[in-house]
Amino acid sequence: MSDLKVVNFMGYARIAAIASVIFIVVSIGALAVKGLSLGLDFTGGTSIELEYAQAPNLEKVRSELVGAGYPSAVVVAYGADTDIMVRIQGDAANLAEEISAVLNNGQHDVTIKQSSFIGPQIGEELRDDGGLGMLFALAVVMVYVALRFQFKFSVGAVAALVHDVIVVLGVFAILGLDFDLTVLAAILAVIGYSLNDTIVVYDRVRENFRIVRDMDVPGIINYSLTQTLGRTLMTSGTTIVVLLALFFVGGEMIHNFATALLIGVCVGTYSSIYVASAILLWMKVTHEDLMPPKVEVEGEEFDDLEGIEGQERPPF
Amino acid sequence: MNRYPLWKYLLLLVVLGLGITYALPNIYAPDPAVQVSGYSADLKVDERALKQIEKALTDANIAYKSAVLEESGSALVRLTALDDQLKAQKAIEDRFGVLKRKNEGDKYIVALNSAQTTPQWLRDLGASPMNLGLDLAGGVHFVLEVDTPKAVTDRLLDSEDVVKKAIREARIFDVKVSIEKGVLTVQAPTEEAQLQLSNILRDELPRMQRKSSTENGQFMIRAKLAEDAIHEIEDHAVSQNLTTLRNRVNELGVAEPLVQRLGRNRIIVELPGVQDTARAKKVIGKTANLEFRLEAKPDAGFAQREKFSHRQEDMQAMTGGSYLERRPIITGESVTNATRGFDPETSQPQVNISLDADGGAAMHRATRSNVGRRLGVLFIEYRPSTRKVKEADGTIRTVVDTIPMKNIISLATVQSALGREFRTTGLSEAEAGELALLLRAGALAAPMVFVEERTIGPSLGKENIELGVKSIKLGMILVVIIMLLYYRVFGIAANIALAFNVALIAAIMSPFATLTLPGLAGIVLTVGMAVDANVLIFSRIKEELKAGMPPQSAISAGFDRAFTTILDANITTLIVALILFGIGSGPIKGFAVTLSIGILTSMFTAIVVTRAVVNLIYGGRQVKKLSI
Repeated sequence: MSDLKVVNFMGYARIAAIASVIFIVVSIGALAVKGLSLGLDFTGGTSIELEYAQAPNLEKVRSELVGAGYPSAVVVAYGADTDIMVRIQGDAANLAEEISAVLNNGQHDVTIKQSSFIGPQIGEELRDDGGLGMLFALAVVMVYVALRFQFKFSVGAVAALVHDVIVVLGVFAILGLDFDLTVLAAILAVIGYSLNDTIVVYDRVRENFRIVRDMDVPGIINYSLTQTLGRTLMTSGTTIVVLLALFFVGGEMIHNFATALLIGVCVGTYSSIYVASAILLWMKVTHEDLMPPKVEVEGEEFDDLEGIEGQERPPF
Repeated sequence: MNRYPLWKYLLLLVVLGLGITYALPNIYAPDPAVQVSGYSADLKVDERALKQIEKALTDANIAYKSAVLEESGSALVRLTALDDQLKAQKAIEDRFGVLKRKNEGDKYIVALNSAQTTPQWLRDLGASPMNLGLDLAGGVHFVLEVDTPKAVTDRLLDSEDVVKKAIREARIFDVKVSIEKGVLTVQAPTEEAQLQLSNILRDELPRMQRKSSTENGQFMIRAKLAEDAIHEIEDHAVSQNLTTLRNRVNELGVAEPLVQRLGRNRIIVELPGVQDTARAKKVIGKTANLEFRLEAKPDAGFAQREKFSHRQEDMQAMTGGSYLERRPIITGESVTNATRGFDPETSQPQVNISLDADGGAAMHRATRSNVGRRLGVLFIEYRPSTRKVKEADGTIRTVVDTIPMKNIISLATVQSALGREFRTTGLSEAEAGELALLLRAGALAAPMVFVEERTIGPSLGKENIELGVKSIKLGMILVVIIMLLYYRVFGIAANIALAFNVALIAAIMSPFATLTLPGLAGIVLTVGMAVDANVLIFSRIKEELKAGMPPQSAISAGFDRAFTTILDANITTLIVALILFGIGSGPIKGFAVTLSIGILTSMFTAIVVTRAVVNLIYGGRQVKKLSI
């Protein structure tokens, strides 16, 4: 084992812990102070995406709507410069048609690209269901990991997931991005992805705990992380590449979805190393925790495994 | 070493062949089309109407590929250009508008559609392209909420009437009946009356829970609906509204409408290809359309009678229409239920009709002195009628009116005075089913409100597909390049597995799943994550090689050892995907479905297909060095 270039990941655990705490505090702070800018799906109301023949003047559109008796209408540019998005709170189901009638009443050539009306009650339900679904996913994962591995591992895995979710939400709050149903789906996908990453690392940790005898616990964790680093980077790399494709060419409707996943995949990769694994260390995981219920040890020697040069991954 | 037996290769080839075959229809782009269908099921588009359609298109200079009659009784016109769709719809509508007589409703619905171009041999195998969700096809999506508490309150008010009537008939005086917060309270003057009333309640309202008590010298009976009775009323209200909505939606002539119950008291309506939301909402939200009228006496004056045609063609041919009284006894709003059943004695089919208290009383008044006369049921459909109006300034404006079309659906002799529950016999089984359906279709069991509405324009749908496909292509090309550069020969194996994976996802999704925009994103994401299993296996092989293992054993060990990791990692992701499916609606469900399918297929392709390709390349021979 001596000539292994094991990257001393856990040597930076303290710094990473401080960084993670800062991320979380900043994220929760942003969520508390600024709050998520909840999309239509969760707040209820009406939104209409309109396409003009020529790029419209947003100020003029706004004043037209105020003049027609919709003082609360929010008009923003959306996608191409001929497109605008109008948002109005309220629970009247016919707003979309009324608004397009108002805006069409001139020389403009306006067509409705899409319109949505969500009743306030539905919004509230989606919000509750979404939150519940997230908690439920975490609970099920915790049980599964506890059964397949051990309780300390499930604490680490869930802590990593909670960390990822909070940071993604925090970034959305800080940047003021719209949080709608697709973003919620993205966050659940992040949970899936980050978990995938964590499980791969844990699997290796478990294996090494069973077959490597002459290493202390931080050593084994470092050794496992080094062994899986190549795979971690490769998979994150390919996933990030396709997400970038979605981000740049996928279109306006899934832009925020891609953004949430991009942030999530980066944070998830970081957390599987510095949250999930570091927690194992702090919970003082021991060889006894992982004594196999069934013997499958083959006594392999990993003599000259060449570690991949460890580069510290930035958290974002 | 590292050789698959022949049967494994053959099995893989079969799976691959099936996958490609069933994914194939997706590469044939659909033709833009217009579909012409009759307003009612028995009104079919015939050769003559088809000639008119063709003429309308030729006159308007619109090129079309084909115009054929379909088995369902509608006509399908395939066009060459998407831009012609709206023009063609207008041309055909105008043509039929010119042809029709005055004050006649439009006979045909002209709807935008897209026609699949899958070759016949593929269709014979049952292969079809994926259904596109609304966000990709364009259209409207409504969620309506049924006011079930109203249905329950109505039932309670009904019960109050029934009880009051029974009390009057039993000649018990000084009784107060009231309803408060879902509880029916009966206050009796004496203990004896209380017992008597309790018996009346038991007989008249068997579904209610009763409790007698004495409070401050007052003799009370409190009754409320049992929990399962409330559930039943709610269920009935929602399913009746569902039936009604289906009938109304059919009037819109949409190619593939979806009307589905959502949760306890909501209904989803999805109308792909519909652009005119205002009209769709009008049709969906329209009210009662049934009338019960007595047949006019032969000596009735012109002012008292009105002639109607029969909905059934044989009846119409036989009688040429029948005269009914002008004044309806009750309308469809009074019908609370109608079911097909069988006479317990003769086993003949019959329709059981239930009315509400007011309706029952009116029916009783009208029929008790008219036993032996016939009672007719009129079914009223509202059809749009398009006409051109010349304005004062000379411009021509199109006006769409809704005109009621009234037809007799049943004309039966009254055998005895009818009440709240009665039956109609003398029908065939199919007729009884149809009549029950039409009777139920009349009114809504409870009012509904729109709680969600989304409209996606057709251009946006098209844009979404283009962008989605573009990002899948781009993402895939990038992943393929990375894998090739990093893993060389093994990268080729992984890439073959990846292509196989995408084909399998498409093949599995085509017959039953609906593709949405988040679903497309799910496929893109799967492409990125699918290589993960291969990456795990390949890094394992690399490790084993570095540990000094000979190449063939390293391949074998790599695949074996990576397996548990792949399984663990994918099962946890699958759990999350399933939860996503459980909580999500519409588009989110689409994402969960593609993600789940992707996880399963990618496990199969990454482990089995990659192994097969690697075995083909390296298996069964001396290998000194692996290109990995």
